[in-house]
Parts: sequence; structure tokens; C-alpha cells
Amino acid sequence: MEGQIVKVKNKRGVRVIPGFGLSMGVTITMLGMFVLIPLASVFVSAGRLGFGEFVDVVTSRQVVSGYIVSFSCAFLAAVVNAVFGLLLAWVLVRYDFPGKRFMDGVIELPFALPTAVAGISLTYLYSDKGWIGAVFDKVGIKIAYTRAGIVIAMVFVGIPFVVRTVQPVLEKLDRQYEEAALMLGADRIYIFRRVILPELFPALLAGFGLAFARGLGEYGSVVFIAGNIPYETQIAPLLIMAKLEQYKYADATAIALVLLIISFMLMLLINSVQIYMQRFCKE
Amino acid sequence: MKWIKANVCLKIVVAVLMMGILAGCGKEGDSAKGDSGTIEILNVSYDPTREFYAKYNELFAGHWKEQSGQDVNVTQSHGGSGSQARSVIEGNEADVVTLALAHDITAIEEAGLIDSGWMQEFDDNSAPYTSVIVFLVRKGNEKNILDWDDLVKDGVEVITPNPKTSGGACWNFLAAWAYWQEKDGNDKETTREHMKQLYHNVLVLDSGARGATNTFVGNEQGDVLIAWENEAYLSMKEHPDEYEIVTPSVSILAQPSVAVVDRNAEEHKTVEAARAYLEYLYSEEAQRLAGENYYRPIDETILNEFSDQFNLDMNLVTIDDFGGWDKAYSDFFDDGAVFDQIYAE
Repeated sequence: MEGQIVKVKNKRGVRVIPGFGLSMGVTITMLGMFVLIPLASVFVSAGRLGFGEFVDVVTSRQVVSGYIVSFSCAFLAAVVNAVFGLLLAWVLVRYDFPGKRFMDGVIELPFALPTAVAGISLTYLYSDKGWIGAVFDKVGIKIAYTRAGIVIAMVFVGIPFVVRTVQPVLEKLDRQYEEAALMLGADRIYIFRRVILPELFPALLAGFGLAFARGLGEYGSVVFIAGNIPYETQIAPLLIMAKLEQYKYADATAIALVLLIISFMLMLLINSVQIYMQRFCKE
Repeated sequence: MKWIKANVCLKIVVAVLMMGILAGCGKEGDSAKGDSGTIEILNVSYDPTREFYAKYNELFAGHWKEQSGQDVNVTQSHGGSGSQARSVIEGNEADVVTLALAHDITAIEEAGLIDSGWMQEFDDNSAPYTSVIVFLVRKGNEKNILDWDDLVKDGVEVITPNPKTSGGACWNFLAAWAYWQEKDGNDKETTREHMKQLYHNVLVLDSGARGATNTFVGNEQGDVLIAWENEAYLSMKEHPDEYEIVTPSVSILAQPSVAVVDRNAEEHKTVEAARAYLEYLYSEEAQRLAGENYYRPIDETILNEFSDQFNLDMNLVTIDDFGGWDKAYSDFFDDGAVFDQIYAE
């Protein structure tokens, strides 16, 4: 089978994208120019600090509290996104209803909307004078200018990631398995838990990871809805901005570097769980 | 074999094309300046000067045409003062900068783009117009906010930006400090305590002055906004009958500075026009225009023409009373200085 394909390729002498050398060259150039070199410059810039200074910067109380706020809010937002993103994807794939296509398109708006605009409108809605915020205010819950507000902004920017990673997997999922399970007497919860979820889980986890990383780095919308009070609602990216305002480039990149390393490790963890899950599922 | 040749050819073609594109990008930037008898000046400024410079640029274009026969086209750029300064340091080709505080221009000087001594290049420390820090309160002033003391009372919600991310907010901090310093008889501990109470009442610490105004005006948060006088007047103009301005007994004279970015202007051959552009800010017409846009003219006689608009009896300190920006930063705003201590305690 495999030999046959190779044979056909050799006969015609073409690949789908012509010129492996060229396309690989372009790929590496693009990756280098837009991803690897900028990221490497973070390391170089942070490297200007001595080790002691670096540790001092990233362990100062304010910075640590910034990390805590950022990670906890991004985590919560990613959990919310995973749950509701799955539900959204489910509705979009499994049901037919008027306006489905429109809804499907709307999901992607957070990608396109400038985050500052998102932040300003979310704040307007969720402040205690806003439409939604006023309702919550009556029962004594403040959303804008608290950590809840930060989570909301992160949910907004992260939701498309979960929906768009889960959707294709859900579309491909063969319904025959569910039918078989039903015939064998499984109830709905059991089917979801043991038949559907294992198939979706790797995609869901990937979506969770992306939403989490996106929330962690989000600055534009969060600064408007967070009160930015030190030790309470100050996110790590804001502290980076504060350092830049003071022309402390090395300090700023030091904070960024820690953020980068932690996110990278989280992504690595998520990926390994994913790989493990995939193997586990196949057996 | 043929195929490989085609591949190589393609690579060369693409490479040449890309070089062409890159070269094109570079050239366009250079030729935009100084062609066809029109002088292009880029003025990198901060947020609330938008309306003023839009009108001033027309005024100056007329003046320059009369004086030199040349057409001049001034392009504006606005943003937070600190990030604007940073953009110039990082290569934004500004011919002149008109920023919120001298500290930001000094940073450009330290990057080697502006010659030292820029502050003496124009009159009055190169600050052609000034402003003061005032309170903007909601119509009726329900919480009866009259002076700084009223801001530290229980239940008063204050909106002011973070001095660590907003240059303009440094003026707010220093104005408050000046008031209590005088009142507490130079007792630093008590003053610090008062400042702590003040920031304890701050509901939202926005990252920039425009953001703070938006929080107070747009989202109706807080009882009082500590703001630049010109910014406060702009909010009043946009929302008549909704706000009042309260002038505290002590405030600070905010001196937004201007400077020619020497290296860029030399490169663009716009030194003369750029100098004239800033020089002309001191002319009678420009001073009056500044007053109409709620900046306090530096020219005493013209300032007095606006005595209905501005409270001229305020007790004003200046940045020099704090020993200049470098000292103010190391005393108050650097990492671990007073502002950080207030929140850490």
C-alpha cells in the first residue's frame, strides 16, 4: 500500500506543494522571523540581569501576587471555557436550528475584535451601573473591577479556542457507537462519560490549554475590567507594562520569561496527557 | 535535472522579489520627507492634546507659509506619554515631541536622540502651556468634596490612574503629597499615612489617564476623578450639566514639555521648521488657542483673559519643589519607593 503511493509520487515527480526545499525554507524563515527570534530575544534581554537580580525581580511580592492573580484567573476562565465551549460545540454540531450558521460565525468574533474594545464594552456591561452588572449588584455581587471581571474577560477571549478544537472531532465522531451503547443498555450519562468523552477529551484538553495560555497573556481587555489594584486585581502583564513605562526593559522581560516558561511547561504537560490519553484510548 | 533548475530559478526569483519588497519599504519611508517643497513634521504627543494640536497645526501651517513660503504638513500621534516616548526611543521618527512630563523627554535625551539642555531651548522650561490637577465630581457634589481631606473620608470612592503606568498620574500623586506635606508640617510619616488612606479609597487604578476618565465618565464609577484641568473641562464640554470641577486649595502646576528630537530632525532636514513649530506655541494666537482648549497659557496677560475659566488663586507647587523628576521618581515611584510601600503595608 505504502509502496504504491511512493511509486505514484515518483512517476509523476510532483508533490502537492511543489518544492519541498523551498516550502521548508519559507517555513523556517517565517517561524524564525516571527516566533523563534522574538522569543529568543526575551531570553537575551532577561539575560542582561544577573541571576540574583533576576530572582529578586520575579520573586518580589507584587510580581508574585501578579502571577497568582494571572494564573488563578486564567485557570478558572479555561475551566469555564472547557465546560461551556464543549456545550457550545455540541449544540452547533448535533442540533439543527434556525440561525445556527450565524451562531457558528459569532463564535469567532473574539478573535477579530480588538481586545481593548472588548474590554471597554465588557466593563460597560458588567460594572455596577451596566446592564448585566446592575442585576448582580442587587444581590451584592460586584463583577467589574474584581477578579470575577478578569475571569470574564479571559473567558471572552478564550472561548473560540475550545469550540474550534472540539467541533471537528465531534463532527467526525461516529454515532453508531452511541447507538450501540444505547442498545447495550447504557444510560445517557454513562454514554457521555464512557463513549463520547474519551474521544473528545484530547481535543478538549488542547482547547483548554490554548484558552488558558491566551488568558494568561491577555492584556488589552483585562486592564479595563480589572481594577488594577496592587495585590488584588493586578495581572502579571500589567506589571510588565509598568516596568516598561519605567524603561526597565530587562525587568519586564524577566517577568515575561517566567510567564513564558510556566506556560510552556503547562503546554508540555497537557500535550503529554493528550498523548497518553490517545494511546490509552486505542487499546 | 530540468526540474531542479526550475526550482533554483524559482528560488532566485522569490529572493529577488522579496528583496525588492523590503527595499521598497525602506525607500518609501525616506522619500516621504522633504519632497516637492512640502515639509513633513511628525509631532508625537500624548492623549489629551488631540483637539488642541489639530487646530494649532492649521494655525502654524498658515504662519509658516507666510514666513518661508513653504507648505508644512504636521502629522500627529497620540497615546500615553510614557509609551509615546518609548516609541520614539525605539525608532518612531518624530521631529518634535510634546509630552506630558519632562521625565519622558529626558528618557529620549538619555537615548541620545535629543541634545542635553533641551529644557532651556524654549522659554519657561520648554513648557508653553500648563495645567493643574483638579477634582471632577458628579453634578450636585453629593459627598461634598471640596479639598484633598474629603478624599480620604470613609465611603468616598476615588478614581485616579496608576503612577507606575501613567506619567500623568504622577502629577496627581504629587499634588496630593504637596497638600498634606504643607498641612502635616513636613511630617513624612503622617503624610504617607494620608496618602495611604487616599489610595485605600481608590476604586480603580487605571493604567492611563484616558482610561481613568472613561471609568469615571463612561462607566460611572467613583465619586471623584483626580484629573488634569484640561481633561476635566473636556469631560464637562462633552457632558454638560453632569459634572462639576472642584479646585483644591493646593495643587501642582503640571508642565507638559516640548522638544525638538534633534537626531530625527537633522536626518529629515526639518530642524528649522521643527524649531519654529515649537517656538510659535509661545505666540499670542497659539497661547489664546491653548486657553480655548483649556490649557493654561504661559503668557500672563493671555492667562488673565481666561480668568473666568481658570481659578487663578490656587496655591501651586511645581516639580522643582520635589527636586525635579529624577528625585521625585526615586523618592516616590521607583520600585520599592513610597507608592509601592503604600500598597505593600
